[in-house]
Amino acid sequence: MKKRPTVGEVLQAKGVSRRGFLKYCATTASILALPPSMIPRIAAAIESARRPSVIWLSFQECTGCTESLTRSASPTVEGLIFDAISLDYHHTLQAASGDQAEAARHAAMEENHGSYLVLVDGSIPLGNPGYSTIAGISNLDMLKETVEGAAAVVAIGSCAAFGGIPGADPNPTGAVAVDELVTDKPVINVPGCPPIPMVMTAVLTQFLTFGQLPELDKHGRPLAFYGQTIHDRCYRRPFYEQGKFAETFDDEGAKAGWCLYKLGCKGPITYNACATAKWNSGTSFPIEGGHPCLGCSEPAFWDKGGFYNPLSTGKFDSGTKLAGAAAAGVAMGVVAAAAGRRRQDKFTREG
Amino acid sequence: MDLLEFARGPALQVAAYILVAGTIWRIVGILLLREKPDYSEPRARGGLGAALKVIYSRSFTATPFKPATLYPKMLAYVMHIGLFAVVLLFVPHIMFFEGFLGFSWPGLPNNAIYVLGVASVASAVALLVRRLTSPVLRLISNFDDYFSWFVSTLPLVTGLIIPLRIGFRYEDLLAIHILSVVLLMIWLPFGKLGHTFLVFITRGTTGMVFERRGART
Repeated sequence: MKKRPTVGEVLQAKGVSRRGFLKYCATTASILALPPSMIPRIAAAIESARRPSVIWLSFQECTGCTESLTRSASPTVEGLIFDAISLDYHHTLQAASGDQAEAARHAAMEENHGSYLVLVDGSIPLGNPGYSTIAGISNLDMLKETVEGAAAVVAIGSCAAFGGIPGADPNPTGAVAVDELVTDKPVINVPGCPPIPMVMTAVLTQFLTFGQLPELDKHGRPLAFYGQTIHDRCYRRPFYEQGKFAETFDDEGAKAGWCLYKLGCKGPITYNACATAKWNSGTSFPIEGGHPCLGCSEPAFWDKGGFYNPLSTGKFDSGTKLAGAAAAGVAMGVVAAAAGRRRQDKFTREG
Repeated sequence: MDLLEFARGPALQVAAYILVAGTIWRIVGILLLREKPDYSEPRARGGLGAALKVIYSRSFTATPFKPATLYPKMLAYVMHIGLFAVVLLFVPHIMFFEGFLGFSWPGLPNNAIYVLGVASVASAVALLVRRLTSPVLRLISNFDDYFSWFVSTLPLVTGLIIPLRIGFRYEDLLAIHILSVVLLMIWLPFGKLGHTFLVFITRGTTGMVFERRGART
């Protein structure tokens, strides 16, 4: 087997300067909450690491996660890190198609058995194998076959991590998340609709650097990125504390940049790095654009009531059942009063 | 379904049914009771005016009792005013009410609510200490008194903990807070917390009866 070049060699060939490379290492160390002393170690590890083989499987998805990663405004070191891995199979990005594409997947699996990474975007339908197939292979069969020799699996995006939109009520395809099916391999969830590119590459960088998985939260997400809520890091948080809220999308409060809680912001229950890592090369994140957080990196975000309903709104049925409870209350009151009157009459007679 | 979804959905819904049914049951059951017969000539008619007079006058301590009751009365006022402000003037709560009432009203800044909430809890604790340290109060207190104190103080405490994030994640603390409110809603119609909706009915009835009997109110 031909010896793979190191990641450092690939980056050098792509024209990445030493300064630019070290800046990326410093940012990654910072975002992973590692001490500055780890920066040289990250740099050394990335430079010397052999290009890891990565197989990217796309199931029930919209390609938004791939778009997030590849459509950045300008080429970034994060993007180049992705170039530096050996992406041996990816529907959208690979040149090969049909049998040749499948042959590439099998070749990567055989050559790198036990050491390759599997990245999955999209949920897996269990309702009917025909709901989603690739080269005539059901998503379930392809996942099982591919992860068998993998070192670890990264579920990219909320569909792969939690079922996402395909899994939303009434879940017509019986969509499930990757970690419901892969139980014998390490699974890292990198949810978001889509996830932040920096988060995706930093997770891979950590794996390249330390050869181990990051510390995960109860939903299998790297704590370094999903350890704090959007609300806690939101620049509009002081307005929340002051009770200053935008009431509509075009009122004076909205123009003044007040808190979007009343417009349905799910920031308080959403764990993600949007408010710090931001999007589009660090330009902004949705709340800066004037839109409430949808909570896209949380499980079942599609089914948590209306996007524009405030978080504190209860989820009640129609008023019919409440009216029924009121009628039942009246009936019980009448019965109780009748019993009370009988008691009163008895005492009056005896008195 | 996670804990927060359970709290915001089915738990809150069932609690609302119990609260509505229980409250109406208590009110209708009392209002439909027969009035006690007059065993002596009524001194006065004992109408709505008498009821309103006592509703107002019993809001203050009568002068002879002031030395004995001023302290608990003050605490009770602080506790109740704080509770009302926290429930009705905290913006997320207003949004909760707006969700099913369809209208809203202005709220207070969060920091003002935190101060009022802490004052309310402190008063509730002081009142409990007084109940536990007074032999007479201990003698006349029963499970209803202590449990009613617990379920009405718990939502205040769980709500105040949310911004502090003590030991739990935000969504779990919010779920615990809502579940504590659910407990309050379920208990409210049946125990002594029924005074929430009965206080003016019972006080007014007392005023009408007293006036008919010629008592000074």
